[in-house]
Amino acid sequence: MAEVSLQGEQRVFMTGNEVVAWAALAAKVDIMYGYPITPQNEIMHYWTRLAPKYGKRFLQTEDEISAGFTMLGGVMTGRKAFTATAGPGNVLMQESAVMAEMMRLPAVFVIQQRGGPSTATVIYAQQETTLTAFGGNGEGHRIVYSTSTHQELFDYTIKAFNAAWTYRFPTFVLGDGYQAKMREPLTIYDPGEKGLELVPTEPMVGENKPGKQFKYLRNTYNTEDELYEVVMDNQRDWDAMAPKVVEWSEKGCEDADIVLVTHGVVSRAALGAYDLLRAQGKKVGVFRPITIRPFPDKQLLAAVQKAKKLLVAESAYGQLLKLVQGALYGAPVEIVPVLRPGIGITTEELVEEYNKL
Amino acid sequence: MQELKENNHLQPAMPACWNEETKPHKFCPGCGHGIILKALGEAIDELGVKDQVVFGCDIGCSLLSWDFFATDSVQTHHGRTTPVITGMKRANRDIVGIAYMGDGGGYAIGSQHLFNAAVRGEKITIILCNNCNYGMTGGQMAPTTLPGMKTETSPYGRDVEETGYPTKGPEMVAAVAPEGAYVARGTIANVRQLKGFIKKALENQIAGNGISFVECLSSCPTNWRTNAKKTWEFVEKEMAQYFKVGELRTPQVKEG
Ligand SMILES: Cc1ncc(C[n+]2csc(CCOP(=O)(O)OP(=O)(O)O)c2C)c(N)n1
Ligand code: SF4
Ligand SMILES: [Mg+2]
Repeated sequence: MAEVSLQGEQRVFMTGNEVVAWAALAAKVDIMYGYPITPQNEIMHYWTRLAPKYGKRFLQTEDEISAGFTMLGGVMTGRKAFTATAGPGNVLMQESAVMAEMMRLPAVFVIQQRGGPSTATVIYAQQETTLTAFGGNGEGHRIVYSTSTHQELFDYTIKAFNAAWTYRFPTFVLGDGYQAKMREPLTIYDPGEKGLELVPTEPMVGENKPGKQFKYLRNTYNTEDELYEVVMDNQRDWDAMAPKVVEWSEKGCEDADIVLVTHGVVSRAALGAYDLLRAQGKKVGVFRPITIRPFPDKQLLAAVQKAKKLLVAESAYGQLLKLVQGALYGAPVEIVPVLRPGIGITTEELVEEYNKL
Repeated sequence: MQELKENNHLQPAMPACWNEETKPHKFCPGCGHGIILKALGEAIDELGVKDQVVFGCDIGCSLLSWDFFATDSVQTHHGRTTPVITGMKRANRDIVGIAYMGDGGGYAIGSQHLFNAAVRGEKITIILCNNCNYGMTGGQMAPTTLPGMKTETSPYGRDVEETGYPTKGPEMVAAVAPEGAYVARGTIANVRQLKGFIKKALENQIAGNGISFVECLSSCPTNWRTNAKKTWEFVEKEMAQYFKVGELRTPQVKEG
């Protein structure tokens, strides 16, 4: 069986879904579990074509509840595993996501957001931001990377496995239908050759060695106090992790009067607007959280110190906005929202909104 | 106690794969769960597979067995034990994966998982405790509640016109599973036979033949509000009359 090797760097032109499959292969994933839903399908299509060549496995489950829980079974045995979904499938997967939070399982979910609520469209939205960051009956003890380019889809999918296996919190790559279906050039590579170490996995159960110490994994507790201890332990670990994994990018915020705040694919429009407006001598800046969870609160607050206004734009009705408001509570800066649930936002539209201010 | 044990004066009658530290177990007196798990424990002992076993338990009274065995154990969500053990076995074929659940977990909230695991012929062993009700949540009607039987949510007796007839799980699994399946229904009223069924169900997984499913007719005196005599009568007569005990599928013996 061929060992996975991408042999140096390769310049490629592919769809985001194909990129995710290649990234999983580059991250030396052992098994994918999944259930069909647009716009995620081609991750499974590419994986099922690539996987057998490298001795990798795939299981098509009966639904997303099962895809999530079979994946948890896989990671418990110490295999690198992931699943991918969107929209209503993301809703169903939250049950397994909270079990991963509680039991500290290194589960990896790739989400290609589609329109919502309900079945809505199979195209595009950013309406799964809150769900992906805080879905389930818990405290949002998870990591969520919101990507904006195909290169990032590749880089952050690899990173997601490393983060999950380092910190043992469920980790999400939050893409969307545009990123899933669009074709774009990027460089794929073998992480090892770049000096990027892949975090080793470790079985929690099912290791058959003589004299092994058996383990009990559970998520049910008898008393309030017992539960409180577990949740607070997880909270402390999550708080200690947050500064190490938090990521953001910003440009021109030092002297900006107005800062555009966006995430994911909308950040590309913001960067376009930034270039156009700066060329006209406008004092504009851009700020983009890369991790939606943990959210770069302090970094955002620091970036908008000089700003008079923020333009918060998203393809949802106020999901990013709430995170921004939470981060900037009490700060003397006016927030102007541009909220477009389920539709794309272009550079021109952002320039127009800017000019209205 | 410890001293007596060490000097071999007192040997607790429990399977070697049980975790002594967590005994006596947490089930109510007269509960069938403990009897099923004794049969399972003896079967694991006889096959000598303790170190390969990953025991998964559901939410329901089966969850009280999360630390029951001296084996790797995973307690999952209500209905989700089948996919968790499936995922493990798909990722690591060397384990002996056991999914233990109640009738609510297997036939209601997790029925799609049971059905599809059976259709795919997952090489895992599923053991399901049929106690005709939702035990842990206080005795509501389950898919297996007998016609006319009173529960908290069928206080006038189960009306089959409204709620259908009790689910026959092994019959369903036997109907859809591909060749290689082992399917049986045992009862705590015949522990020797039950142990034999469970042992075959484990052997069938180890041989890699296909899905192995054993439903166990069990008791829940707490919610049935029955004394010892009535409890046994219900298990032996009423349940066994509706749910036929025996083997439904055995794999064809391979030639050579
Ligand atoms: C998603 C979900 N819904 C409902 C429950 C509540 N619940 C806990 S145990 C149980 C029923 C258990 O009945 P059964 O599976 O028959 O097991 P038993 O207790 O009878 O052994 C229910 C409904 C839950 N834990 N999770
Ligand atoms: S409630 Fe019923 S099933 Fe649960 S432990 Fe008690 S007797 Fe057993
Ligand atoms: Mg029950």
